[in-house]
Amino acid sequence: MELTPDDVKRVAELARIELTEDETRAFVKDLNDILRYVNRLQQVDTEGVEPAYHVVPLENVMREDCVTPSLPVDEALDGTTGRSGDYFKVPRILDVD
Amino acid sequence: MDVIDRPLYELARLLESGEVSAEELAVEFLSRIDKVDGIVGAFVTVDREGTLSGARMADKARRAGEAPSHLAGIPIAVKDNMCTRGIETTCSSKMLRGFVPPYDAHVVERVKAAGMLVIGKTNLDEFAMGSSTENSALRVTRNPWNLQRVPGGSSGGSAAAVAASEAPAALGSDTGGSVRVPASYCGIVGMKPTYGLVSRYGVVAYASSLDQVGPLAANVRDCAIMLRVIAGHDPRDSMSIDAEIPDYEAQLGRDIAGKVIGLPKEYFAEGIEPGVRDAVLEAAKQLSKLGVEVEEVSLPTVEYALAAYYIIASSEASSNLARFDGVRYGHRAEGAVDSVSMFMKTRAEGFGPEVKRRIMMGTYSLSAGYYDAYYKKASQVRSTLKSDFDRVFERCDALLTPTAPTTAFPIGERIDDPMSMYMSDVCTVTANLAGIPGISLPCGWQDGLPIGMQLLGKRFSEATLLQLAYAYEQAAGYPSRKAPVTKDRGCCSCH
Repeated sequence: MELTPDDVKRVAELARIELTEDETRAFVKDLNDILRYVNRLQQVDTEGVEPAYHVVPLENVMREDCVTPSLPVDEALDGTTGRSGDYFKVPRILDVD
Repeated sequence: MDVIDRPLYELARLLESGEVSAEELAVEFLSRIDKVDGIVGAFVTVDREGTLSGARMADKARRAGEAPSHLAGIPIAVKDNMCTRGIETTCSSKMLRGFVPPYDAHVVERVKAAGMLVIGKTNLDEFAMGSSTENSALRVTRNPWNLQRVPGGSSGGSAAAVAASEAPAALGSDTGGSVRVPASYCGIVGMKPTYGLVSRYGVVAYASSLDQVGPLAANVRDCAIMLRVIAGHDPRDSMSIDAEIPDYEAQLGRDIAGKVIGLPKEYFAEGIEPGVRDAVLEAAKQLSKLGVEVEEVSLPTVEYALAAYYIIASSEASSNLARFDGVRYGHRAEGAVDSVSMFMKTRAEGFGPEVKRRIMMGTYSLSAGYYDAYYKKASQVRSTLKSDFDRVFERCDALLTPTAPTTAFPIGERIDDPMSMYMSDVCTVTANLAGIPGISLPCGWQDGLPIGMQLLGKRFSEATLLQLAYAYEQAAGYPSRKAPVTKDRGCCSCH
């Protein structure tokens, strides 16, 4: 299954990465090269095999629901260029028109 | 005193006996960094003041009989994808240039609890994605044994720092071979622990089911020492195992006669350079002489491991790197009219090409209509691979393989061909997929470049792997050796 430029644009949109036309062209080639290689997995008989999403026999590691100190607000906001009071300020999220 | 070439265990002894002070060590290593790092390029950040003042504090504590451990005052280098409070942590990416974490990674906490010092942060492939450190957005790191060659990746800076005597040991991270491959190319020892042995808290996530932090050092004993420093339960990493950590160093020197080592035939097939294959087979002979039984085994799923790895790693990466959106930390694009375009521009500007490639590959593999064919399929193959390993470990105590198909390749040779770059990891990804430990150590030379051999073991068999590695190292004569880098350190080709 070969990716087209439209496929790559759709994936880039999902991944929230703006691509130039040159980048789109380059990624079409790169991703198709990679897909051609990884498609060999289809040769493996995995009938009845449980997927191993993890290799550690741990399940639902929980902790007590009690309040412990959190990162102080100033430290949490220290890394952003968009601080407004105790908030992260960002460009508008909703469409205005 | 010439301290920069001494093993870490010897530096600890000299500190304890008072023959050298931590301040002297700090001065010597900082001086070495000044001398060679302009050429080697291992470091992104060097913390001169912190190291000197930390060293003085360690000396004071030792004099008062209050040193936190016998390792107090020894400086180590830390890969720049591990958070260090108050010290810039860039992941070698434009996305995090200027990012100063408000906390230490768990492994950094443990290093500091032992009284050790973080001398600096080392260069890596951006967000740990790469096999040569050429994907760093910040600088080039060169292999100290041949400056036209790559140090390996993604922990190339850490490996080069140790090989060039800029630090006696370093921490790296390994998702598909990123500690072991650079260790192999730079002629040092590097280990990836069992998944879950070392906490990932504070390590910038690449692929959460594969990432592990591991030590890089000039010899097996130092590696054992560092592993014990960083290993241990941490409730902040939900996959962290709660188990007792052995004294790995104390267990070195145990007799290995009677142990069974398997040579998986799939690791010695076409694609492995003959010189590398011969050096590893020669190491197998050395191990036989020490009483080890060596036999051929088979792991049929290995042929598909690299493909499974790239789908799983890139899928998990696409999720982990979604947090880099310009809102809370890191780069934020300017002039965007709404948040979505701010995200899109921020990520276009902040990420390099390999990172974008992997995020897109992962997004595609997880997207509706493709999930079953890619991510689920790869996870099933992962399960089959794990069964292959379980089966051979019923009989074998360890497996011996090359660490990489070749020695260090020239800078620039593979950067334009992603698939050829990915092939560097073909011997190492299996351990990450199966969650098992692996160690790389030097076993020979080819045209002035080190060759690495890899020992793999079942989960939590680090003590056995270290014993086997130690026995080989002591018997086969590839002792701790550092690259001169500059001419006035003596001849550049004495091996």
